[in-house]
Amino acid sequence: MEPLKPFSASLVPLPIENIDTDQIIPARYLKVTDKNSLAEGCFTDWRQDPDFVLNNPRYQNGHILVAGHNFGCGSSREHAPWALKAYGFRAVISTYFADIFRNNSLKNGLLPIVVDAETHQALLDLAEEAPEAEIHIDLASQTVTLPNGQKASFPIDPFSKTCLLEGIDELGYLMKQTPEIEAFEVSHPARVQTLQS
Amino acid sequence: MPKTLFEKIWDAHVVSHPPNSPAVLYVDLHLVHEVTSPQAFTELRQRGIKARRPLQTIATMDHSTPTTPRGADGLIPVTDAMAVTQLKTLVDNCNDHGIPVFELGTEKQGIVHVIGPELGLTQPGMTIVCGDSHTSTHGAFGALAFGIGTSEVAHVLATQTLLQNKPSTYEIRVDGQLQEGVTAKDIILAVIANIGIGGGTGHVFEYTGSAIRSLSMEARMTICNMSIEGGARAGLIAPDETTFDYIQGRPHAPQGADWDKAVAYWRTLPSDEGAIYDKQLILDANTLAPMITYGTNPGMGMSITERVPDPKQISDNSQKMALDKALAYMDLQPGQPLLGHKVDVVFVGSCTNSRISDLRQAAEMIKGHRVAEGVRMLVVPGSQTVKRQAEAEGLHKVFVEAGAEWREAGCSMCIAMNGDQLQPGQYAVSTSNRNFEGRQGRGGRTFLASPLTAVASAINGVVTDPRTMVAERAYEVSPA
Repeated sequence: MEPLKPFSASLVPLPIENIDTDQIIPARYLKVTDKNSLAEGCFTDWRQDPDFVLNNPRYQNGHILVAGHNFGCGSSREHAPWALKAYGFRAVISTYFADIFRNNSLKNGLLPIVVDAETHQALLDLAEEAPEAEIHIDLASQTVTLPNGQKASFPIDPFSKTCLLEGIDELGYLMKQTPEIEAFEVSHPARVQTLQS
Repeated sequence: MPKTLFEKIWDAHVVSHPPNSPAVLYVDLHLVHEVTSPQAFTELRQRGIKARRPLQTIATMDHSTPTTPRGADGLIPVTDAMAVTQLKTLVDNCNDHGIPVFELGTEKQGIVHVIGPELGLTQPGMTIVCGDSHTSTHGAFGALAFGIGTSEVAHVLATQTLLQNKPSTYEIRVDGQLQEGVTAKDIILAVIANIGIGGGTGHVFEYTGSAIRSLSMEARMTICNMSIEGGARAGLIAPDETTFDYIQGRPHAPQGADWDKAVAYWRTLPSDEGAIYDKQLILDANTLAPMITYGTNPGMGMSITERVPDPKQISDNSQKMALDKALAYMDLQPGQPLLGHKVDVVFVGSCTNSRISDLRQAAEMIKGHRVAEGVRMLVVPGSQTVKRQAEAEGLHKVFVEAGAEWREAGCSMCIAMNGDQLQPGQYAVSTSNRNFEGRQGRGGRTFLASPLTAVASAINGVVTDPRTMVAERAYEVSPA
């Protein structure tokens, strides 16, 4: 995975709460066997509405989604962050994320950024007033900076942070645990079930 | 220190816990299906890795598979070219790695969360994962079971472990006794309506209390299945005699001395007296009514006799907007009752409610009635095993005689990616688990409910309180 560097981008406001992964990518798009062809399905049903924010010319250059509370609830489909990334999003900012979506996003370099309600509202106001304005995201210092200099910090677990900043891939990391895994299997023989029994 | 059921299972599966890292958690059983696995196998192939424990892994086909009747050749026809490729990819991948796979229409095929328990693969104290959020179903056995993403499917295939941060615990205690016509599905819909769709995020539920203890294993699975709709990745119920009786004699259950050893271990798993949970909710089963959802997430639920809430009475702006949007999508008015609302489709099936006891309940209620004119009713067994059992009991005849469709096993109309789906604007009473916009077909509108409510609504062609039908039946059989 590429190391995640600081970046600036403008916002796309979508302040609806409980946006589920069926909206981000409907199930009929899940018949693929790769990750690359999902941009078309991203919010596709909502995009049928000409007034939907992704159809609004003011937000065509936005690469950071500012979404309502509990974003990404529902299905575990990793197709959701794949589709958001394929569509061009680099981060999603919300006041709360569903667990599986957050895990899946972190594994794909799509930053799930949790901010407090006040910062969230400030970002929505900014998107409304100045759609072209860019905010700056710096993972190393865990800060979001608005054009007026206002800063907000966001939490992230230290392991995910290191993986993203250094481009460490989690599977590679786990493979290095093989001696410990082998030892565990030896000391817990009942765990190693066989389906042939 | 007293431990909860969750903590006991967690502690028994931590392989290592390096500083500043999540725990490396051992996975006992990995369930795989066609939709969330192909990219994971690609990852392994690109790195030249083989599955570490192929025989702790089992694959089935369920999501993108049609449930239409078999052809003259005895096979279930798959006409969607992408589904054909996806199913073939699963078989090729499993063959490459030596993973057992139950192909479409074969003896043991079915919905992944139906076949694990029915084959005896799901056992107390295990860790079980699958690239599917309804993996929480298996928690009914006192197993720590949760859904994972496709990257994590690759992690488990390659290492039989996952990197996990320890979740918090949340006790959901349901005491008392359910009224006639009120079921496990109503308990879980009430829980979710109570805490909201994100109320359990970061937590593992443990369902306790006398109402839970008195439920059958299949009813317990219905409850644990929908833990994720309350935001919790996993939901557990402590194993007891009901659990052991269900497992004993199943194909993969331990036998002989191994059985005795296993049961002795399983008896140590329930939460210790005095164990502390991080959060708690208490519900009274005596006062529960049949539940139904009116909105576009499973938290938007109410007793079936209540009226659709009014967004004007909600102070929080973002919640108000969400309800406005939901009612617009559902084409419902604030204050409107759902009882008597027209129904186009009734779906009995999904990993929530497609087991033999669900089908028996549905058949019992529909016997002697007909599906109302203009209503389409689908009954989709959760597995080939459930289908055979239902047919042996003659349940399929009851459904067909009543005018319902009897289908092959699969996820069917729960996920609308296999040909079974609603048409835009249609209303369904569905025994599945999600009423999200478009979940059952673009523009389709879902009322989630129990099998009893679904069948009662099919008979009347409108949303119906099953208690009125239960009472009617009791009257019919009572002596003059």
